[in-house]
Amino acid sequence: MREVHVTVNGASAAAAIDPRMLLSDFLRDRLGLTGTHVGCEHGYCGSCTVLVDGASTRSCLTLAVQVDGKSVHTVESLAAHGAELHPIQQALKDCHGLQCGFCTPGLLMSVAELASNGSTCTRDEIREHLAGNTCRCTGYQHIVDAVEQVMRSLRSEAVDVS
Amino acid sequence: MKPPKFAYHAPQSLTEALQTLAGVGDEAVLLAGGQSLLPLLNMRLASPAHVVDLGRVPGLDDIRVTNGHAEVGAMVTHRRMEVDPLIAHAVPLAQKAAGYVGFRAIRNRGTVGGSVAHADPAAEWPLVLLTLDGEIELTSANGSRTIRADDFFESVYSTAKRSDEVVTSVRFGTRFERNWGFWEFQRRTGDFATVAVAVACVVEGGSVTEARVGIAGAAEKPVRCTTAEQALLAGSTSAASEAAAAAQDAVDPYDDVHGSSSYRKRLVFAATKRAATQALGHHYGVLDHA
Ligand SMILES: Cc1cc2nc3c(=O)[nH]c(=O)nc-3n(C[C@H](O)[C@H](O)[C@H](O)COP(=O)(O)OP(=O)(O)OC[C@H]3O[C@@H](n4cnc5c(N)ncnc54)[C@H](O)[C@@H]3O)c2cc1C
Ligand code: FES
Ligand code: FES
Repeated sequence: MREVHVTVNGASAAAAIDPRMLLSDFLRDRLGLTGTHVGCEHGYCGSCTVLVDGASTRSCLTLAVQVDGKSVHTVESLAAHGAELHPIQQALKDCHGLQCGFCTPGLLMSVAELASNGSTCTRDEIREHLAGNTCRCTGYQHIVDAVEQVMRSLRSEAVDVS
Repeated sequence: MKPPKFAYHAPQSLTEALQTLAGVGDEAVLLAGGQSLLPLLNMRLASPAHVVDLGRVPGLDDIRVTNGHAEVGAMVTHRRMEVDPLIAHAVPLAQKAAGYVGFRAIRNRGTVGGSVAHADPAAEWPLVLLTLDGEIELTSANGSRTIRADDFFESVYSTAKRSDEVVTSVRFGTRFERNWGFWEFQRRTGDFATVAVAVACVVEGGSVTEARVGIAGAAEKPVRCTTAEQALLAGSTSAASEAAAAAQDAVDPYDDVHGSSSYRKRLVFAATKRAATQALGHHYGVLDHA
Protein backbone atom coordinates (compact mmCIF):
# COMPACT_ATOMS: atom_id res chain seq x y z
CA MET A 1 0.00 0.00 0.00
CA ARG A 2 1.18 3.47 -0.75
CA GLU A 3 -0.24 6.86 0.19
CA VAL A 4 -1.01 9.22 -2.71
CA HIS A 5 -2.17 12.83 -2.69
CA VAL A 6 -3.69 13.99 -5.94
CA THR A 7 -5.63 17.12 -6.83
CA VAL A 8 -8.60 15.94 -8.87
CA ASN A 9 -10.77 18.56 -10.53
CA GLY A 10 -9.45 21.12 -8.08
CA ALA A 11 -10.17 19.14 -4.90
CA SER A 12 -7.48 17.26 -3.04
CA ALA A 13 -7.85 13.50 -2.71
CA ALA A 14 -5.70 11.22 -0.57
CA ALA A 15 -5.80 7.44 -0.47
CA ALA A 16 -3.69 4.43 0.39
CA ILE A 17 -3.55 2.30 -2.73
CA ASP A 18 -1.90 -0.77 -4.17
CA PRO A 19 0.92 0.62 -6.43
CA ARG A 20 -0.36 -1.43 -9.35
CA MET A 21 -3.68 0.45 -9.39
CA LEU A 22 -4.20 2.24 -12.71
CA LEU A 23 -5.17 5.90 -12.67
CA SER A 24 -8.37 4.97 -14.55
CA ASP A 25 -9.37 2.52 -11.79
CA PHE A 26 -8.40 5.03 -9.10
CA LEU A 27 -10.65 7.68 -10.63
CA ARG A 28 -13.57 5.35 -11.28
CA ASP A 29 -13.49 2.93 -8.36
CA ARG A 30 -11.93 4.99 -5.58
CA LEU A 31 -13.24 8.45 -6.36
CA GLY A 32 -16.46 7.42 -8.09
CA LEU A 33 -15.64 9.55 -11.14
CA THR A 34 -17.06 7.16 -13.71
CA GLY A 35 -17.09 9.77 -16.46
CA THR A 36 -13.63 8.53 -17.46
CA HIS A 37 -14.37 5.51 -19.63
CA VAL A 38 -12.24 2.44 -20.11
CA GLY A 39 -12.19 0.67 -23.47
CA CYS A 40 -9.07 -1.04 -24.72
CA GLU A 41 -6.76 -0.53 -21.73
CA HIS A 42 -3.68 -0.46 -23.89
CA GLY A 43 -3.52 3.08 -25.12
CA TYR A 44 -5.30 2.94 -28.46
CA CYS A 45 -8.94 3.98 -28.08
CA GLY A 46 -8.50 7.20 -26.07
CA SER A 47 -11.75 6.90 -24.09
CA CYS A 48 -9.79 7.04 -20.80
CA THR A 49 -7.99 10.32 -21.65
CA VAL A 50 -7.65 12.81 -18.77
CA LEU A 51 -5.42 15.84 -18.27
CA VAL A 52 -2.42 15.53 -15.93
CA ASP A 53 -0.96 18.96 -15.21
CA GLY A 54 -2.81 20.12 -18.35
CA ALA A 55 -1.39 17.45 -20.70
CA SER A 56 -3.61 14.73 -22.17
CA THR A 57 -2.76 11.38 -20.64
CA ARG A 58 -4.02 7.83 -21.00
CA SER A 59 -5.30 7.01 -17.53
CA CYS A 60 -5.19 3.30 -18.50
CA LEU A 61 -1.42 3.54 -19.11
CA THR A 62 -0.62 5.50 -15.96
CA LEU A 63 -0.29 4.16 -12.44
CA ALA A 64 -2.08 6.25 -9.84
CA VAL A 65 1.20 6.44 -7.89
CA GLN A 66 2.77 8.23 -10.87
CA VAL A 67 0.45 11.22 -10.44
CA ASP A 68 1.14 11.61 -6.72
CA GLY A 69 1.41 15.37 -6.09
CA LYS A 70 -0.01 16.28 -9.50
CA SER A 71 -3.23 17.82 -10.74
CA VAL A 72 -5.71 15.71 -12.71
CA HIS A 73 -8.73 16.93 -14.63
CA THR A 74 -11.45 14.54 -15.76
CA VAL A 75 -14.55 15.14 -17.86
CA GLU A 76 -16.46 15.90 -14.64
CA SER A 77 -14.50 19.17 -14.40
CA LEU A 78 -16.08 20.59 -17.56
CA ALA A 79 -19.59 21.14 -16.21
CA ALA A 80 -19.94 20.64 -12.48
CA HIS A 81 -23.23 19.17 -11.17
CA GLY A 82 -26.15 21.02 -12.66
CA ALA A 83 -24.00 23.67 -14.29
CA GLU A 84 -24.41 24.69 -17.90
CA LEU A 85 -22.58 22.64 -20.47
CA HIS A 86 -19.01 23.67 -21.14
CA PRO A 87 -18.64 25.32 -24.59
CA ILE A 88 -16.89 22.21 -25.90
CA GLN A 89 -19.75 19.99 -24.72
CA GLN A 90 -22.33 22.41 -26.12
CA ALA A 91 -20.59 22.46 -29.50
CA LEU A 92 -20.49 18.65 -29.60
CA LYS A 93 -24.21 18.59 -28.81
CA ASP A 94 -25.05 21.30 -31.37
CA CYS A 95 -23.10 19.61 -34.15
CA HIS A 96 -24.28 16.05 -33.39
CA GLY A 97 -20.72 15.09 -32.48
CA LEU A 98 -21.81 12.16 -30.32
CA GLN A 99 -24.17 9.23 -30.49
CA CYS A 100 -23.60 6.50 -27.88
CA GLY A 101 -21.24 8.75 -25.94
CA PHE A 102 -18.69 6.09 -25.02
CA CYS A 103 -15.75 7.92 -26.60
CA THR A 104 -17.00 11.37 -25.60
CA PRO A 105 -15.33 11.92 -22.18
CA GLY A 106 -11.86 11.15 -23.54
CA LEU A 107 -12.55 13.09 -26.70
CA LEU A 108 -13.63 16.14 -24.69
CA MET A 109 -10.41 16.11 -22.70
CA SER A 110 -8.31 15.86 -25.88
CA VAL A 111 -10.22 18.80 -27.32
CA ALA A 112 -9.77 20.72 -24.06
CA GLU A 113 -6.00 20.31 -24.45
CA LEU A 114 -6.12 21.47 -28.07
CA ALA A 115 -8.29 24.48 -27.27
CA SER A 116 -6.50 25.43 -24.07
CA ASN A 117 -4.22 28.03 -25.63
CA GLY A 118 -6.97 29.82 -27.52
CA SER A 119 -5.50 29.17 -30.98
CA THR A 120 -7.38 27.86 -34.01
CA CYS A 121 -6.48 24.87 -36.16
CA THR A 122 -7.23 23.63 -39.65
CA ARG A 123 -9.51 20.63 -40.07
CA ASP A 124 -6.45 18.52 -40.84
CA GLU A 125 -4.75 19.62 -37.65
CA ILE A 126 -7.90 18.82 -35.67
CA ARG A 127 -8.04 15.35 -37.22
CA GLU A 128 -4.36 14.81 -36.50
CA HIS A 129 -4.79 15.84 -32.86
CA LEU A 130 -7.83 13.60 -32.42
CA ALA A 131 -6.26 10.59 -34.18
CA GLY A 132 -5.89 8.97 -30.77
CA ASN A 133 -9.61 9.12 -29.97
CA THR A 134 -11.54 6.34 -31.64
CA CYS A 135 -15.26 6.89 -32.23
CA ARG A 136 -17.28 4.00 -33.64
CA CYS A 137 -20.48 6.00 -34.10
CA THR A 138 -20.14 9.42 -35.64
CA GLY A 139 -17.75 9.02 -38.54
CA TYR A 140 -15.81 11.99 -37.11
CA GLN A 141 -17.20 14.60 -39.52
CA HIS A 142 -19.50 16.13 -36.90
CA ILE A 143 -16.78 15.98 -34.25
CA VAL A 144 -14.46 18.02 -36.45
CA ASP A 145 -17.32 20.46 -37.11
CA ALA A 146 -17.84 20.85 -33.36
CA VAL A 147 -14.17 21.47 -32.66
CA GLU A 148 -14.02 24.06 -35.43
CA GLN A 149 -17.07 25.77 -33.98
CA VAL A 150 -15.71 25.88 -30.45
CA MET A 151 -12.33 27.13 -31.60
CA ARG A 152 -13.98 29.91 -33.58
CA SER A 153 -16.11 30.98 -30.63
CA LEU A 154 -13.23 30.86 -28.18
CA ARG A 155 -10.57 32.29 -30.44
CA SER A 156 -9.62 35.13 -28.17
CA GLU A 157 -10.06 33.49 -24.78
CA ALA A 158 -8.33 30.42 -23.43
CA VAL A 159 -10.63 27.51 -22.58
CA ASP A 160 -10.74 27.14 -18.83
CA VAL A 161 -10.71 23.53 -17.76
CA SER A 162 -10.01 24.13 -14.09
CA MET B 1 -6.70 -4.83 -11.23
CA LYS B 2 -5.05 -5.56 -14.53
CA PRO B 3 -1.31 -5.27 -13.76
CA PRO B 4 0.20 -8.10 -11.71
CA LYS B 5 1.51 -7.42 -8.19
CA PHE B 6 4.95 -5.84 -7.85
CA ALA B 7 6.98 -3.97 -5.26
CA TYR B 8 7.13 -0.28 -6.19
CA HIS B 9 10.22 1.89 -5.67
CA ALA B 10 10.26 5.65 -6.21
CA PRO B 11 13.90 6.70 -5.83
CA GLN B 12 14.55 10.43 -5.39
CA SER B 13 18.00 10.44 -7.00
CA LEU B 14 19.93 8.59 -9.69
CA THR B 15 22.28 7.14 -7.06
CA GLU B 16 19.32 5.74 -5.16
CA ALA B 17 17.82 4.33 -8.37
CA LEU B 18 21.11 2.63 -9.30
CA GLN B 19 21.49 1.16 -5.81
CA THR B 20 17.94 -0.17 -5.91
CA LEU B 21 18.61 -1.72 -9.32
CA ALA B 22 21.89 -3.26 -8.17
CA GLY B 23 20.06 -4.71 -5.15
CA VAL B 24 17.15 -6.35 -6.98
CA GLY B 25 18.84 -6.92 -10.38
CA ASP B 26 17.10 -9.12 -12.93
CA GLU B 27 13.83 -9.05 -11.01
CA ALA B 28 13.33 -5.31 -11.64
CA VAL B 29 12.11 -3.16 -14.51
CA LEU B 30 12.46 0.60 -14.77
CA LEU B 31 9.36 2.70 -15.29
CA ALA B 32 9.76 5.87 -17.38
CA GLY B 33 6.65 7.10 -19.26
CA GLY B 34 5.01 3.70 -18.99
CA GLN B 35 3.68 3.85 -22.55
CA SER B 36 5.25 0.51 -23.47
CA LEU B 37 5.55 -1.04 -20.02
CA LEU B 38 1.93 -0.45 -18.91
CA PRO B 39 0.41 -2.26 -21.93
CA LEU B 40 2.72 -5.19 -21.14
CA LEU B 41 1.64 -5.15 -17.49
CA ASN B 42 -2.06 -4.73 -18.38
CA MET B 43 -1.88 -7.74 -20.68
CA ARG B 44 0.28 -9.56 -18.12
CA LEU B 45 2.95 -10.19 -20.70
CA ALA B 46 5.41 -8.91 -18.09
CA SER B 47 5.31 -9.65 -14.36
CA PRO B 48 8.32 -8.01 -12.75
CA ALA B 49 8.85 -8.47 -9.01
CA HIS B 50 10.03 -4.85 -8.70
CA VAL B 51 9.19 -1.66 -10.56
CA VAL B 52 11.65 1.22 -10.16
CA ASP B 53 10.00 4.52 -11.15
CA LEU B 54 12.36 7.10 -12.67
CA GLY B 55 9.66 9.78 -12.49
CA ARG B 56 11.09 11.46 -9.40
CA VAL B 57 14.76 11.26 -10.33
CA PRO B 58 16.04 14.76 -11.07
CA GLY B 59 18.58 15.61 -13.76
CA LEU B 60 17.37 13.22 -16.47
CA ASP B 61 15.45 15.75 -18.56
CA ASP B 62 18.05 18.21 -19.82
CA ILE B 63 18.51 19.11 -23.48
CA ARG B 64 21.97 20.50 -24.33
CA VAL B 65 23.75 21.21 -27.57
CA THR B 66 27.52 20.81 -27.24
CA ASN B 67 30.42 20.20 -29.62
CA GLY B 68 28.88 18.20 -32.40
CA HIS B 69 26.06 16.64 -30.40
CA ALA B 70 22.59 17.33 -29.09
CA GLU B 71 22.46 15.60 -25.74
CA VAL B 72 18.99 14.59 -24.58
CA GLY B 73 18.23 13.28 -21.08
CA ALA B 74 16.53 9.89 -20.97
CA MET B 75 13.32 11.28 -19.41
CA VAL B 76 12.73 13.93 -22.09
CA THR B 77 9.30 13.20 -23.58
CA HIS B 78 8.50 12.69 -27.24
CA ARG B 79 6.34 15.81 -27.03
CA ARG B 80 9.23 17.96 -25.81
CA MET B 81 11.33 16.76 -28.74
CA GLU B 82 8.51 17.90 -31.02
CA VAL B 83 8.39 21.47 -29.66
CA ASP B 84 11.83 22.25 -28.19
CA PRO B 85 13.54 25.08 -30.12
CA LEU B 86 17.07 23.73 -29.50
CA ILE B 87 16.08 20.39 -31.04
CA ALA B 88 14.36 22.09 -33.99
CA HIS B 89 17.55 24.02 -34.68
CA ALA B 90 20.28 21.44 -34.02
CA VAL B 91 18.59 18.16 -35.04
CA PRO B 92 15.56 18.99 -37.20
CA LEU B 93 15.36 15.34 -38.28
CA ALA B 94 14.68 14.41 -34.64
CA GLN B 95 12.00 17.07 -34.37
CA LYS B 96 10.33 15.81 -37.53
CA ALA B 97 10.40 12.18 -36.37
CA ALA B 98 9.03 13.04 -32.90
CA GLY B 99 5.64 13.96 -34.38
CA TYR B 100 5.26 10.43 -35.75
CA VAL B 101 5.49 8.72 -32.35
CA GLY B 102 2.01 7.54 -31.38
CA PHE B 103 -0.72 9.99 -30.46
CA ARG B 104 -0.42 13.29 -28.58
CA ALA B 105 -1.33 11.67 -25.23
CA ILE B 106 1.36 9.01 -25.79
CA ARG B 107 3.91 11.69 -26.72
CA ASN B 108 3.05 13.69 -23.61
CA ARG B 109 4.24 10.85 -21.36
CA GLY B 110 6.52 8.51 -23.34
CA THR B 111 10.25 9.21 -23.19
CA VAL B 112 13.23 9.02 -25.53
CA GLY B 113 15.17 6.85 -23.06
CA GLY B 114 12.24 4.47 -22.69
CA SER B 115 11.88 4.07 -26.44
CA VAL B 116 15.59 3.42 -26.89
CA ALA B 117 15.66 0.86 -24.04
CA HIS B 118 12.48 -0.82 -25.31
CA ALA B 119 13.96 -1.12 -28.85
CA ASP B 120 10.85 -1.80 -30.90
CA PRO B 121 12.09 -2.52 -34.45
CA ALA B 122 9.61 0.00 -35.92
CA ALA B 123 10.22 2.79 -33.37
CA GLU B 124 11.42 6.23 -34.43
CA TRP B 125 14.12 6.99 -31.83
CA PRO B 126 16.32 3.95 -32.48
CA LEU B 127 16.12 4.75 -36.21
CA VAL B 128 16.94 8.43 -35.80
CA LEU B 129 19.80 7.76 -33.36
CA LEU B 130 21.31 5.22 -35.74
CA THR B 131 21.00 7.57 -38.70
CA LEU B 132 22.42 10.61 -36.90
CA ASP B 133 25.48 8.63 -35.71
CA GLY B 134 24.15 8.78 -32.17
CA GLU B 135 25.37 7.43 -28.87
CA ILE B 136 23.65 6.03 -25.80
CA GLU B 137 24.98 6.74 -22.31
CA LEU B 138 24.44 3.90 -19.82
CA THR B 139 24.99 4.29 -16.10
CA SER B 140 25.18 1.66 -13.38
CA ALA B 141 26.33 1.70 -9.75
CA ASN B 142 29.83 1.02 -11.16
CA GLY B 143 29.96 4.06 -13.46
CA SER B 144 29.00 5.13 -16.98
CA ARG B 145 29.80 3.93 -20.46
CA THR B 146 28.85 5.18 -23.89
CA ILE B 147 27.83 2.93 -26.78
CA ARG B 148 27.38 3.95 -30.39
CA ALA B 149 23.87 3.41 -31.74
CA ASP B 150 25.48 1.20 -34.43
CA ASP B 151 26.39 -1.27 -31.66
CA PHE B 152 23.51 -0.76 -29.20
CA PHE B 153 20.46 -2.27 -30.90
CA GLU B 154 20.67 -6.06 -31.11
CA SER B 155 17.26 -7.45 -32.02
CA VAL B 156 13.53 -7.12 -31.30
CA TYR B 157 13.27 -5.55 -27.81
CA SER B 158 16.90 -6.37 -27.15
CA THR B 159 19.93 -4.12 -26.72
CA ALA B 160 23.46 -4.09 -25.31
CA LYS B 161 22.14 -2.61 -22.05
CA ARG B 162 22.70 -4.74 -18.93
CA SER B 163 19.87 -5.14 -16.41
CA ASP B 164 21.74 -3.09 -13.77
CA GLU B 165 22.11 -0.14 -16.18
CA VAL B 166 19.94 2.91 -16.76
CA VAL B 167 19.91 4.79 -20.06
CA THR B 168 20.78 8.25 -18.73
CA SER B 169 21.04 10.19 -21.99
CA VAL B 170 21.33 9.88 -25.74
CA ARG B 171 23.37 12.03 -28.13
CA PHE B 172 22.43 12.85 -31.70
CA GLY B 173 25.09 14.05 -34.16
CA THR B 174 24.35 17.64 -35.22
CA ARG B 175 26.51 17.78 -38.37
CA PHE B 176 23.57 16.66 -40.54
CA GLU B 177 21.42 19.64 -39.65
CA ARG B 178 21.13 20.86 -43.25
CA ASN B 179 20.88 17.69 -45.27
CA TRP B 180 18.42 15.21 -43.89
CA GLY B 181 15.23 13.48 -44.93
CA PHE B 182 12.58 11.39 -43.23
CA TRP B 183 9.65 9.48 -44.63
CA GLU B 184 7.36 7.10 -42.84
CA PHE B 185 4.34 5.06 -43.80
CA GLN B 186 1.81 4.33 -41.06
CA ARG B 187 -1.53 2.67 -41.72
CA ARG B 188 -3.33 5.17 -39.48
CA THR B 189 -2.01 8.36 -37.92
CA GLY B 190 -0.28 7.41 -34.67
CA ASP B 191 0.35 3.76 -35.51
CA PHE B 192 3.84 2.35 -35.43
CA ALA B 193 5.60 2.69 -38.78
CA THR B 194 5.10 -0.06 -41.31
CA VAL B 195 8.36 1.23 -42.82
CA ALA B 196 10.31 4.39 -42.01
CA VAL B 197 13.51 5.65 -43.61
CA ALA B 198 15.82 8.41 -42.40
CA VAL B 199 18.67 9.86 -44.46
CA ALA B 200 21.42 12.16 -43.15
CA CYS B 201 24.20 13.64 -45.27
CA VAL B 202 27.03 16.10 -44.99
CA VAL B 203 27.43 18.15 -48.16
CA GLU B 204 30.63 20.15 -48.69
CA GLY B 205 31.46 22.18 -51.78
CA GLY B 206 28.53 20.67 -53.65
CA SER B 207 29.45 17.03 -53.02
CA VAL B 208 28.22 14.52 -50.48
CA THR B 209 31.10 13.73 -48.11
CA GLU B 210 29.15 11.60 -45.63
CA ALA B 211 25.88 9.71 -46.03
CA ARG B 212 23.88 7.59 -43.60
CA VAL B 213 20.70 5.73 -44.54
CA GLY B 214 18.66 4.09 -41.77
CA ILE B 215 15.67 1.81 -42.29
CA ALA B 216 13.08 0.72 -39.69
CA GLY B 217 10.34 -1.85 -40.15
CA ALA B 218 12.33 -4.09 -42.46
CA ALA B 219 14.34 -6.18 -40.00
CA GLU B 220 14.43 -7.14 -36.32
CA LYS B 221 16.18 -3.84 -35.57
CA PRO B 222 16.77 -0.58 -37.42
CA VAL B 223 19.53 -1.11 -39.99
CA ARG B 224 21.86 1.04 -42.05
CA CYS B 225 22.12 0.36 -45.74
CA THR B 226 25.73 0.83 -46.88
CA THR B 227 25.02 0.25 -50.57
CA ALA B 228 22.42 3.05 -50.51
CA GLU B 229 24.94 5.27 -48.68
CA GLN B 230 27.52 4.56 -51.40
CA ALA B 231 25.02 5.58 -54.08
CA LEU B 232 24.52 8.92 -52.33
CA LEU B 233 28.29 9.41 -51.96
CA ALA B 234 28.81 8.64 -55.67
CA GLY B 235 26.65 11.66 -56.33
CA SER B 236 25.15 10.95 -59.75
CA THR B 237 22.17 13.03 -60.84
CA SER B 238 19.91 10.07 -60.08
CA ALA B 239 21.51 9.32 -56.70
CA ALA B 240 18.21 9.21 -54.79
CA SER B 241 16.72 6.58 -57.14
CA GLU B 242 19.93 4.56 -57.08
CA ALA B 243 19.95 4.65 -53.28
CA ALA B 244 16.30 3.56 -53.24
CA ALA B 245 16.99 0.62 -55.56
CA ALA B 246 20.01 -0.37 -53.46
CA ALA B 247 17.95 -0.21 -50.26
CA GLN B 248 15.15 -2.29 -51.74
CA ASP B 249 17.69 -4.94 -52.81
CA ALA B 250 19.44 -4.98 -49.46
CA VAL B 251 16.48 -5.59 -47.17
CA ASP B 252 14.77 -8.90 -46.51
CA PRO B 253 11.74 -7.80 -44.48
CA TYR B 254 9.44 -9.90 -42.35
CA ASP B 255 5.79 -10.60 -43.17
CA ASP B 256 3.14 -9.60 -40.69
CA VAL B 257 -0.47 -8.41 -40.58
CA HIS B 258 0.64 -4.87 -41.47
CA GLY B 259 2.35 -5.88 -44.69
CA SER B 260 3.94 -8.73 -46.59
CA SER B 261 7.67 -8.87 -47.19
CA SER B 262 7.37 -7.82 -50.84
CA TYR B 263 5.07 -4.92 -49.93
CA ARG B 264 7.56 -3.70 -47.33
CA LYS B 265 10.36 -3.94 -49.91
CA ARG B 266 8.41 -1.61 -52.18
CA LEU B 267 7.75 0.74 -49.28
CA VAL B 268 11.49 0.75 -48.56
CA PHE B 269 12.08 1.85 -52.15
CA ALA B 270 9.51 4.66 -52.00
CA ALA B 271 10.56 5.83 -48.53
CA THR B 272 14.27 5.84 -49.36
CA LYS B 273 13.72 7.73 -52.59
CA ARG B 274 11.67 10.42 -50.86
CA ALA B 275 13.92 10.75 -47.82
CA ALA B 276 17.06 10.89 -49.98
CA THR B 277 15.52 13.46 -52.32
CA GLN B 278 14.71 15.62 -49.30
CA ALA B 279 18.19 15.17 -47.85
CA LEU B 280 19.94 16.17 -51.06
CA GLY B 281 17.62 19.08 -51.71
CA HIS B 282 17.55 20.54 -48.25
CA HIS B 283 18.85 23.89 -47.37
CA TYR B 284 18.35 25.22 -43.93
CA GLY B 285 15.24 27.35 -43.68
CA VAL B 286 13.41 25.94 -46.68
CA LEU B 287 12.36 22.59 -45.36
CA ASP B 288 9.73 21.20 -47.64
CA HIS B 289 8.16 18.17 -46.03
CA ALA B 290 4.83 16.85 -47.14
C1 LIG C 1 -1.00 3.55 -28.59
C2 LIG C 1 0.50 3.62 -28.65
C3 LIG C 1 1.13 3.98 -29.83
C4 LIG C 1 2.52 4.05 -29.89
N1 LIG C 1 3.10 4.39 -31.07
C5 LIG C 1 4.45 4.47 -31.14
C6 LIG C 1 5.09 4.85 -32.35
O1 LIG C 1 4.45 5.12 -33.37
N2 LIG C 1 6.45 4.89 -32.36
C7 LIG C 1 7.20 4.60 -31.25
O2 LIG C 1 8.41 4.67 -31.30
N3 LIG C 1 6.62 4.26 -30.09
C8 LIG C 1 5.27 4.18 -30.01
N4 LIG C 1 4.69 3.82 -28.82
C9 LIG C 1 5.57 3.51 -27.67
C10 LIG C 1 6.01 4.79 -26.97
O3 LIG C 1 6.88 5.51 -27.79
C11 LIG C 1 6.72 4.56 -25.64
O4 LIG C 1 6.74 5.82 -25.02
C12 LIG C 1 8.14 4.09 -25.69
O5 LIG C 1 8.28 2.93 -26.46
C13 LIG C 1 8.64 3.72 -24.29
O6 LIG C 1 8.94 4.87 -23.55
P1 LIG C 1 8.37 5.05 -22.09
O7 LIG C 1 9.04 6.23 -21.52
O8 LIG C 1 6.90 5.07 -22.15
O9 LIG C 1 8.96 3.76 -21.37
P2 LIG C 1 8.31 2.69 -20.40
O10 LIG C 1 7.08 2.12 -20.98
O11 LIG C 1 8.25 3.24 -19.04
O12 LIG C 1 9.46 1.60 -20.45
C14 LIG C 1 9.68 0.78 -21.59
C15 LIG C 1 10.85 -0.17 -21.33
O13 LIG C 1 12.08 0.53 -21.28
C16 LIG C 1 12.69 0.40 -20.00
N5 LIG C 1 13.22 1.74 -19.66
C17 LIG C 1 12.51 2.90 -19.64
N6 LIG C 1 13.32 3.94 -19.39
C18 LIG C 1 14.55 3.43 -19.23
C19 LIG C 1 15.83 4.02 -18.97
N7 LIG C 1 15.99 5.35 -18.82
N8 LIG C 1 16.90 3.21 -18.88
C20 LIG C 1 16.77 1.88 -19.04
N9 LIG C 1 15.60 1.26 -19.30
C21 LIG C 1 14.50 2.03 -19.40
C22 LIG C 1 11.61 -0.08 -19.08
O14 LIG C 1 12.14 -0.86 -18.03
C23 LIG C 1 10.75 -0.90 -20.00
O15 LIG C 1 11.29 -2.19 -20.17
C24 LIG C 1 3.30 3.75 -28.73
C25 LIG C 1 2.68 3.39 -27.54
C26 LIG C 1 1.29 3.32 -27.49
C27 LIG C 1 0.64 2.92 -26.21
S1 FES D 1 -8.84 2.61 -22.37
FE1 FES D 1 -7.09 3.87 -22.34
S2 FES D 1 -6.72 4.21 -24.42
FE2 FES D 1 -8.33 2.74 -24.48
S1 FES E 1 -20.23 8.38 -29.89
FE1 FES E 1 -20.25 6.22 -29.82
S2 FES E 1 -18.11 5.79 -29.88
FE2 FES E 1 -18.15 7.89 -30.24
